[in-house]
Amino acid sequence: MASRHPVVCGIGLSDYPVVPHMNSVQHHALAARRAIADCGIAKSAIDGFVSASGGGPGAGDDAVSMAEYLGVNHRYIDGTMVGGSSFEFHVQHAAAAIREGLCDTVLVTYGSDQLTRMGRVLGTGGFQRDAQPVAGAMQMATPYGLPLVGAYALAARRHMHEFGTTSEQLAEIAVGVREFAGLNPDARYRDPMTVDDVVNSRMIADPLHKLDCCVITDGGGALVMTTEEIARDLRQPPVYVLGAAGTQTHWNIHQMPDFTEMGAAVCGPEAMGQAGVTPADIDTAQLYDSFTITVLLMLEGLGFCGRGEGGAYVEEGHLRRGGSMPTNTDGGGLSSNHPGMRGIFLLIEAVRQLRGDAGEAQVPDADLALACGSGGWLSAIGTVILGKDRPS
Amino acid sequence: MRVVRDLDWQGPVPAGEGEYGEFFAAAAKGRLLIQQCPECGHRQHYPRALCTACAAVPEWMEAAGTGTVYTYTVVRQYGVPAFAELPYVLAMVDLPEGVRMFGGLTGIDPETVEIGMPVTAYARTYDDTHAMVFWEPA
Repeated sequence: MASRHPVVCGIGLSDYPVVPHMNSVQHHALAARRAIADCGIAKSAIDGFVSASGGGPGAGDDAVSMAEYLGVNHRYIDGTMVGGSSFEFHVQHAAAAIREGLCDTVLVTYGSDQLTRMGRVLGTGGFQRDAQPVAGAMQMATPYGLPLVGAYALAARRHMHEFGTTSEQLAEIAVGVREFAGLNPDARYRDPMTVDDVVNSRMIADPLHKLDCCVITDGGGALVMTTEEIARDLRQPPVYVLGAAGTQTHWNIHQMPDFTEMGAAVCGPEAMGQAGVTPADIDTAQLYDSFTITVLLMLEGLGFCGRGEGGAYVEEGHLRRGGSMPTNTDGGGLSSNHPGMRGIFLLIEAVRQLRGDAGEAQVPDADLALACGSGGWLSAIGTVILGKDRPS
Repeated sequence: MRVVRDLDWQGPVPAGEGEYGEFFAAAAKGRLLIQQCPECGHRQHYPRALCTACAAVPEWMEAAGTGTVYTYTVVRQYGVPAFAELPYVLAMVDLPEGVRMFGGLTGIDPETVEIGMPVTAYARTYDDTHAMVFWEPA
C-alpha cells in the first residue's frame, strides 16, 4: 500500500495581491494551470476534484461549477466549505480518497477577487450593509454591529485578561511576518515595520489595531495531489502528507466554548500523532494569520508553547527568520495576501519550503512543515503535516 | 427585564425564524429566556429545537437578567451606516444560570469597561412585538 501514499506533487499560485482584471473563477483557473504545469501531469489524469468557493454567492465557483469549467470528470469530489481552513480539510479528505483508491490524482483549487469585488469591507464593513433581517445563529450577533475584527478582539481581550498578554507581544507576530514579506516581491506590504508601528496604528476593535489585522487582496491557489507511485514520473519531488486532522468547536464566535483555547489543541496533536512527530520536530510553521491573536492561540493549541505562554514565546523571536520556528515565510496574511480564505497558501508555502524553493526565505534543512488553518471565527481548525522524506 | 421602546431601530434586525422568534418576542415582554433540557438538565443559548447535550426537546426557562462580563471589545471602526455612532461596546456576558450571551453593553464609558464587572439585561424593541437584549452596568 505504500505506493498509494498521498503526496503533493504540484503547486500553483494565481496572480496577487491586486488583480482588477480577473474574477474568482479565473483565479481558480490560473492557479490550476500553474499547478498542473508545475508537476507536468497530464490534465486528463486528474480524476478527483476538491474546491471551496472563494467568490461568494453568484460567483459560480462552487465545486461542481468549477469541476465543469476546468473540465474535470471526477470520480471523487468534495466541496467542503469551512471557511479559510477549508483546504487543510481538503488535504485530509483527498489524502484519504487517494489512499483508499477512490481516485488517483486530485486537483484542489481556490480563487477569489475579494479586493476587486468588495474592496476592503470584509473586516470592518460587515456583511450586512442594510437593515436586512439576519437569519440563523448570526442573528444573535450581527444586529448588534459585530465586525469581523471585533469577533477576534473578544478572544484577544480575554487572553490578555487571563494571561497578561500584551499588545506589544501580539505586534511581534505581525513584525516577524512583515520581515518575511520583505523577501516576497509580490507581497502586498513589504516595508519593514516595528512593534511601535503596530501598537500605534489605528485601533479598530480593542485590543486589535489596524496592523494586527490581515490584508485584503485578490488571489488564488491550487494543489495537485496524487499517489507516491504516480509522482515518481512527475517533474517535482513529492511532498508527503504525513498527517491531516480537523476539528470544529463552534461556528459563530458567541458559541466559542473557551475564548482562549482553539481547536488546534485537538487537531494539532492528532495530525502530529499520525505523522509520529512532536512540535519540536517541525522546521517551519505556516499558521493562519487572519489576525495576530489567531497565530498566538494556534501556537499554544499546537503545543509550540504552553497554554497562556504564547506572548512570551513570540517575544523570544522564535517565529522570525533565523528563529527556531520560522513562521509564515511567504509574508502571511498579515502582509502578503489574504483573498478571504488563505488556507491553501499555507500548504503551498509549506511545499515550497520542503522543496527548497523558498529563495531568500528558505528555512535551512526544512524536512518537516506544519500548516494550520482557521475557518470561521477561530471555529473550524485544520492541521496538516507535510514532509520531504518518505515515511518509514 | 426593563423594556425600552425603540421603533426607530436602523440596524439589521434578527429574522426571528423558529425558536429565535420566541426568544425575541419574550424579550419584548421583559422576559429573558434561555433553554433547559427536561431530560439531562443542560442549559443552552441560543435557542434550538434540540438539546445539544442529549438531543431531547429543551424547555424554556426565564433567566434573572444578571451577569458578569466574560470578555468585550470596543468597536472604533465599522463602515455600516446603522453603526455610525462610534465607539460602542460589545460583550460576552456570563449568566448565573450557566450560559453565555452576546450583546451590546451601553450606559458606560467604553474606556472603563472591565472583564468581571456585573451587568444587568434590558430589552430594546426593534418592531412592535420583538426586542433585542442589551446590557448595562448593574
